[in-house]
Amino acid sequence: MSSELRELYQEVILDHSKRPRNFRELPAATGRAEGYNPLCGDRATVYVELEGDRVKDVSFKGAGCSISTASASMMTEALKGKTRAEADALFDRFHRLITSDPSRAAENVAPELGKLAAFSGVCEFPVRVKCASLPWHTLRSALEGEATRVSTEETEASRGEAEGKTRPEGSS
Amino acid sequence: MSTSPDVRRETRPSSTVAIDLAAVRRDFPILSRQVHGRPLVYLDNAASSQKPRSVIEAERSLYEGYYANVHRGVHSLSMESTDAFEAGRVKAQAFLNAASTREIIFTRGTTEAINLVAATFGRSRVGAGDEVLVSGLEHHSNIVPWQMLCAEKGARLRSVPINDDGEVRLEELERLLTPRTRILGMAHVSNALGTINPVAQIVEMAHARRVPVLLDGAQAAPHVAVDVQSMGCDFYAFSGHKIYGPSGIGVLYGKASLLEEMPPYQGGGDMILSVSFEKTTYNELPYKFEAGTPNIAGVVGLGAALDWVTGIGLDRIAAHEHSLLEYGTRRLLEIPGLRIIGTAREKAAVLSFVIDGVHPHDMGTVLDYEGVAVRTGHHCAQPVMERFGVPATTRASLAVYNTKQEIDVLVAGIEKAREMFV
Repeated sequence: MSSELRELYQEVILDHSKRPRNFRELPAATGRAEGYNPLCGDRATVYVELEGDRVKDVSFKGAGCSISTASASMMTEALKGKTRAEADALFDRFHRLITSDPSRAAENVAPELGKLAAFSGVCEFPVRVKCASLPWHTLRSALEGEATRVSTEETEASRGEAEGKTRPEGSS
Repeated sequence: MSTSPDVRRETRPSSTVAIDLAAVRRDFPILSRQVHGRPLVYLDNAASSQKPRSVIEAERSLYEGYYANVHRGVHSLSMESTDAFEAGRVKAQAFLNAASTREIIFTRGTTEAINLVAATFGRSRVGAGDEVLVSGLEHHSNIVPWQMLCAEKGARLRSVPINDDGEVRLEELERLLTPRTRILGMAHVSNALGTINPVAQIVEMAHARRVPVLLDGAQAAPHVAVDVQSMGCDFYAFSGHKIYGPSGIGVLYGKASLLEEMPPYQGGGDMILSVSFEKTTYNELPYKFEAGTPNIAGVVGLGAALDWVTGIGLDRIAAHEHSLLEYGTRRLLEIPGLRIIGTAREKAAVLSFVIDGVHPHDMGTVLDYEGVAVRTGHHCAQPVMERFGVPATTRASLAVYNTKQEIDVLVAGIEKAREMFV
């Protein structure tokens, strides 16, 4: 397998995509949101249970590619016990990592990312950035406590993810 | 302005002689490139096909030798360019076996052709409470223009369901052709599934109810012989870029009697005979529908592409692709957990599939590293995906230059993806 492909599909990512953690509904959820990528049909519903300002529990359901499934699974593991501000800060770190200029990706592997650093290979694959970020965009809505639906085609541009990278739907 | 003389389609080479595949492949310079260190295996032909050298050369020689605006100047370059441009129209007429070059309108592609018909014919024929009928197989480009028209007019867009094999249910078509139906839009060949619709029969059913028919031929023209007179359709649209020609050029065929009564699509130069601030007299067919300087190089390139296809012969192309389809179907079905979506009896060389445990997006990425280009996603046919309960598929779509060895590379790549993800 090529080195870029191995970078993208690291063992930990394959493991989480095959055996996603916290893959369940959350009856006690204080917030939930649905994420949808209309270009590839990926769907993720993220549930959060806040206790005060802290994430007591977080889970997800849905169907997507290995990158989006592993991203959602590892996101839920990383978030438990974090405050909303910490969750936001982590998303920013994560987002910076997956949208890095590939030649400078190493600089964006911040220590607080922990296992999420495995997603550093995504920046080599601009078309897969949305797969990795969909669960996080959805989480942000769930944390806001509104039952909302997030689409990659509306959120990406606002984060500047789109610049020079997103493509409109192709022909046929 | 003179129209070119009408021509009859020429006799094609017999399908009994197999194509010279090595020679065909040599005509396409891009096929010798590598992707991620592997020989390119281009199986995304339903999205767009590659270009033979003759098409590339036709555009180059236009720009290097005789380029100028068409239908304008009295100078030599303009006349030479106009001759080449109008020769492209004659080739398109012969290719479709249209009765006259007056029935051949150049557009940006199939999408614009359908929009043209919706915006002119549709707008003048469809009113509140009327119905526009399409099928459950359609590409978004044969849904959305009609949806926009219906929204504007207070009309209703209805669709004919398809069966589990991806075939249009003709008994449902019969039921849905009502006295309110004003037009039927139907794919000749489905882009997502490869289904070849029995278009002559469908046109006959619609005409029995006095319903005009537009056929979306984007996926058909490169793969099956098209004869608009024997099919009897009222409109037929196809794109240059899927038939080995340039992108940004397409053809709308329309029956002259209908085109005559239709209002113009866009206003501007070339589509007029005379203009004053009080009144404009529109040009004759087909120029009435071609406002502004056209895609001159596109038409010249399309003409070269149609020559190339006719030189090989669509019967022989279809026979080759059919043997690839049979081989590919057999090989794919050997893979555990793989399901082919689209199993119509009459089918063009499209292999759309899903596989347990491997998402199409991941499949596309892994295959890319094997040098294999496929399409993954909903193929701009979300209603088709809904019908089969899948969010997306991987689609390998074959063309005249593909080989059985390339299908073997595809199968090996799929096996590799299974090892990774399952």
